[in-house]
Amino acid sequence: MEILVAVALGLLTSAGVYLILRQRTFPLIVGLTLLSYAVNVFIFAAGRLVTGLPPIYDKAAAGYTDPLPQALVLTAIVISFGMTAVIVMMALGAFLETGDDRTDMTKKDPSEGDAT
Amino acid sequence: MMGHWIIAPVVLPAVIGALIVLIMRHDLLLQRVFSLASTLALLAISVALLVAASHEGPEIYKLGNWPAPFGIVLMLDRLSALMVTLAAMLAVCVQLYAISTDWDTRGRHFHALFQFQMMGIFGAFLTGDAFNLFVFFEVLLIASYGLMIHGAGKDRLRAGVQYVAFNLVGSSLFLFALAAIYSITGTLNIADLAVKAAVLPEGDAALFRVAAVMLMMVFAIKGALVPLQFWLPATYANAPGPVAALFAVMTKIGAYAAIRFGVMVLPPTNPVTGSLIADLMTPAALLTLIIGAVGVLGAGTLSRLSAFAAIASMGTAFIAISAFTPLGTAAALYYIVHSTLAGAALFLITDLVVDRRAHDRLTEALPPIAQAGLIAGLFMASAIATAGMPPLSGFVGKLLVLDALRDQAALVWSVILVTSFLIILGLARAGSILFWKDHASAPQGDAPAHKAEALSFVAVGMLLSGLVLHTVLAGPILAWMEVTAAGLHDPSAYIAANQLPEVR
Repeated sequence: MEILVAVALGLLTSAGVYLILRQRTFPLIVGLTLLSYAVNVFIFAAGRLVTGLPPIYDKAAAGYTDPLPQALVLTAIVISFGMTAVIVMMALGAFLETGDDRTDMTKKDPSEGDAT
Repeated sequence: MMGHWIIAPVVLPAVIGALIVLIMRHDLLLQRVFSLASTLALLAISVALLVAASHEGPEIYKLGNWPAPFGIVLMLDRLSALMVTLAAMLAVCVQLYAISTDWDTRGRHFHALFQFQMMGIFGAFLTGDAFNLFVFFEVLLIASYGLMIHGAGKDRLRAGVQYVAFNLVGSSLFLFALAAIYSITGTLNIADLAVKAAVLPEGDAALFRVAAVMLMMVFAIKGALVPLQFWLPATYANAPGPVAALFAVMTKIGAYAAIRFGVMVLPPTNPVTGSLIADLMTPAALLTLIIGAVGVLGAGTLSRLSAFAAIASMGTAFIAISAFTPLGTAAALYYIVHSTLAGAALFLITDLVVDRRAHDRLTEALPPIAQAGLIAGLFMASAIATAGMPPLSGFVGKLLVLDALRDQAALVWSVILVTSFLIILGLARAGSILFWKDHASAPQGDAPAHKAEALSFVAVGMLLSGLVLHTVLAGPILAWMEVTAAGLHDPSAYIAANQLPEVR
């Protein structure tokens, strides 16, 4: 199971990074979303992968799985959801104002110095 | 003992910000009064916290009365109290400026976003929990996204998207680092981390080193350390003037977190990380300073010049931090206070100039601007402070940094001194094009009329007088900083205040 999770994490992260480097807002947002999925699974895995155990201490059970990463994942999901909403709105605003969805700055005046 | 007052800097702006959105949405005057009153109250509270922290040592505030490390705690110590006070002082000046220049009318919800931004900044400084630090980072970032695109416009929106994307990647990296650290140490409480990181089992060393470097990379993104500084110039140059001035404290959050974790949790005495962090941070900081100085010299517009000056100041601060000695940390703290005030003053003056000129390009001279004499004087003062020339505190700060790095004098001293020269050149060039050449090229007549908003000059004057105070009181302030740095390098009082349970 560890191998499977690790491979999935690596795939998600590399796909996310690839999309972020695409310089268009739509792939950028999808890439950021993939990256946040990878993070969420990673945090979850940080509490060790166990199957069939309760998340709270119980004398009857053989052991328990760490509940704290699950709480952390919940926080991270909520935050990344909110952030995705913000960047979608901003990207939409930038697209409607400028007419294209490139993420780099247009260089319209050479005297304005280096474009970033 | 400050008791519940420790959480007041987080709760007060949260409540006022929500009230402004919900109740005062349509009444600008009410918004201004409540927002300014809240910021002034925050300043008063933070000064009280500063006094308490310097007399009584670290104090814990347990949220929900859960004991550390199981619950989330806020920690008031000298460092956090200092940063909270600095941010509150800056906020008052910026807000006065924004109100008097009507920046808050150019878009909606300026004051609400401002309050939420303060909430995030104060929370990040006060928290004693690494995951909570991430949450407050997000709070201050999401407010800063709104402030950054305040007033909108094509370039600002596009720069805003870049800024958000860069920071979202940074947040993901932060989460990766935190999860890795949690999986090794089983804790995210900073004091508990400081204890556990010193006694890690052998097998976890490699993973912990990776996590530590990832964590410091996140703070390097916030602190605009090369090669992670790319977001800063476009963001600061395109943000509204007062917002850019407020952002002067945002880069300092990166420096604050680097001090908090670098000195307390991952010091060079840590057997696992050793001098790894310092070895990576020193060259990065030197490069940051060089790129900042070259940027100041080559900037095409005044806004970009101010942004590169901010990068250069972060470089100097990180050089001092990367010494990881009490002397270096004290010098870094002194310089951080100085560069926050000086950077904010420079951004506000930039906004004064941009507001009065058709554009702020430094390649062509324009006719004189309204109130040119006064603005030129203020620019001169803030340029002296930024470049680190005597008599203002930039000089004292750089002297302290040089003194703290005697053992690496050949490289570090020459970089700091040469870059100071470049920054002086860049600022002198900008000043002469903006304020002197205009008279030579002015084809006709008087400066175009522009309302002289007294309060905006008062706001800049307050920042500059803060710099003067920082210079005049350099002795006592430095003595205070040295005690603060000693408390960070030997965090036993901080750890004891957390009342951690005995390890079985």
